[in-house]
Amino acid sequence: MPEFLQHLANAVVLGGTYALLGIGLTLIFGIMRVVNFTHGELYTFGAYMAFMLAGLFGLNFFVSLALAATLGFLLGALIEFTLLRPLKGADIDTTMLVMIGAWIAMQAGQQLMWGGVAKSVPNPFPTEPVVLGPVSVGPIRLFVLAVAVVLLAVFYLLINRTKLGVAMRATFQDPDTAALMGVNNGLMYTLTFAIGSGLAAIAGALLGPIFVVTPTMGDLVALKAFAIVILGGLGNIPGATIGGFVLALVEEFGAGYVSSGYRDAMGFLLIIAVLAVRPQGLFAAKERIG
Amino acid sequence: MVRTGSVAVLAIGAFLGAVPAWAQDSIKIGVNEPLTGAVAASGNYVTNGARIAEEMLNAQGGVLGKKIQLIIEDNKSNPKEAVSAAEKLIVRDKVPVMMGAWSSTFTLAVMPKLIEYSVPMVVETSSSGKITTSGNPWVFRIAPTSAMEARAFGEKLGQLNPPIKKADFLAVNNDFGRGASDEFRKMLEAKGVKVGVTETMAPEATDLSAQLARIKQSDGDTLFVTTGVEQITLVLKQAAEQRLPHRIITTGGSSSPDQLIAQAGDAANNSYHILFFAPWFPEKAVNPDIAKAFVEAWNKKGYEFAGLTEGFRGYDGITTIAAAIKAAGKAEPQAIRDALWNTKVSGVNGNIAFTKEGPAGKESGQNQPNIYIVQIKGGKVTLP
Repeated sequence: MPEFLQHLANAVVLGGTYALLGIGLTLIFGIMRVVNFTHGELYTFGAYMAFMLAGLFGLNFFVSLALAATLGFLLGALIEFTLLRPLKGADIDTTMLVMIGAWIAMQAGQQLMWGGVAKSVPNPFPTEPVVLGPVSVGPIRLFVLAVAVVLLAVFYLLINRTKLGVAMRATFQDPDTAALMGVNNGLMYTLTFAIGSGLAAIAGALLGPIFVVTPTMGDLVALKAFAIVILGGLGNIPGATIGGFVLALVEEFGAGYVSSGYRDAMGFLLIIAVLAVRPQGLFAAKERIG
Repeated sequence: MVRTGSVAVLAIGAFLGAVPAWAQDSIKIGVNEPLTGAVAASGNYVTNGARIAEEMLNAQGGVLGKKIQLIIEDNKSNPKEAVSAAEKLIVRDKVPVMMGAWSSTFTLAVMPKLIEYSVPMVVETSSSGKITTSGNPWVFRIAPTSAMEARAFGEKLGQLNPPIKKADFLAVNNDFGRGASDEFRKMLEAKGVKVGVTETMAPEATDLSAQLARIKQSDGDTLFVTTGVEQITLVLKQAAEQRLPHRIITTGGSSSPDQLIAQAGDAANNSYHILFFAPWFPEKAVNPDIAKAFVEAWNKKGYEFAGLTEGFRGYDGITTIAAAIKAAGKAEPQAIRDALWNTKVSGVNGNIAFTKEGPAGKESGQNQPNIYIVQIKGGKVTLP
């Protein structure tokens, strides 16, 4: 039983970060329908920015997090403006190829800039864990979970309850009608991509201090983000959130009770199973991307 | 336009001029290391050590009257890339001998190419037993096998206080990790120590909480961890988060304790590390003068001190290769291989010499290295 509870606690904490990755990508991949291969690189970018600001410049950790997210947001806007905007109307293959190119270029750039040796982000949290009965969790992980939960709620409300959210969704459902209603389509594209990128960057900045920062840290993460989005149903924020937690639970219990060597395989087995039964994902009612 | 043209002509001229000069004046040695990817830190450290050897040898006039020139290729912490790097070094750069490829998995992947092209390779880090027992006569290993490491550690078991009663294992899920946990398990069982669970982790895994939660439930007192420094950092941090009661001992010599202190902080305290060079105490080395000179050269280059525990491998590897080339009298693969059998080098780890291992007629060379155990205490590396 104590082992079960510890696994459960681990899964919940991990699930929060997975959900954060998932909602960033579900905005871009699910709503904009851009197969965003740079998502993992923005995650890496966020982590390196946190390292640079908090580690090299000695800025306050929380300020560094906010700045890293802002820089990620701006980089996302730049990517949309320079790479995606000229491709408006191009088919999905072309966009995908451009995004793969951007992914490779960004990873190589990070490599060049920071070198291959892992960096660690200093943080003000004590290493002494928080202990509740048989379960113990690092304080920084609880902080990350709290931030993730707040961000999930904020973005759920933003997309579903605000005028901006309506304008965003309208743009991607029917750009012409949205434009007729006075929505600035171009701005919506840039904004959505930038917000999704900012979320990836803050996920990286939050997880950087827990793990270590390396140029290739985004690869597995991007793969998982895609899995989460597909699991939860495209463009569905509650779906991505639940998808994130489900993936974490499956990985954690799979590793704990079946085999730790196949930890990452567990999640993908689950996705194959879900897609076989419910091709549109767990929570989406709409059709899937072609 | 005219300007660009003339620059280009100049550049081509310089290039053409340089190539033959190179070919006459240098002996190439291929280096195949993970400079990027999951185990990049170690690969960079080893390569830095190799560069120091190159400089020192060239400062002494090189080998056979020629300069040594390292051709360094990045295997990107990936066995497929390690094979491509080896092929590139052999076919395009025509190196007569190589050093590589850090991880056992990368080295095992490269080994068939050594037979295919008949080029010898000095293995500086990999510890999987399979490397020298699979019948590849082009492999010469200066690093200890996991079995040797386990045996040497077994002799020092009495130094641990309190003694190990029950041990658990956490190993990276590849040839290195699985090989080491098997050998240490066998050694401990032979000494009457109980063995609990063995957990594995993917090489690029970052969240190890599930494995640690499971290990916590085994009532062991000591956890043997086998992986590279990046993952050891994560294990230490996450073990502290989960209040793992185990004493942690890392095997494989790739723990770079100073990097652990810098990156895992307090979580690194009280962990033990099996190393093949203890740069804090060069006077304890078998060849103290060589060890001191190496540490001095490393510091002079401004390399991170943390990298010395891996960097020496590159130094010893290249010095061994250079000695073999000198003995061979020519920079040709077959001659270098034959010479390696009789090469005796005083290295940073100790005295390097190869004995035969593996199936008769196709033996690989294996050196008998020394091991050290250090402990991190209060943010400092100490001898327990």
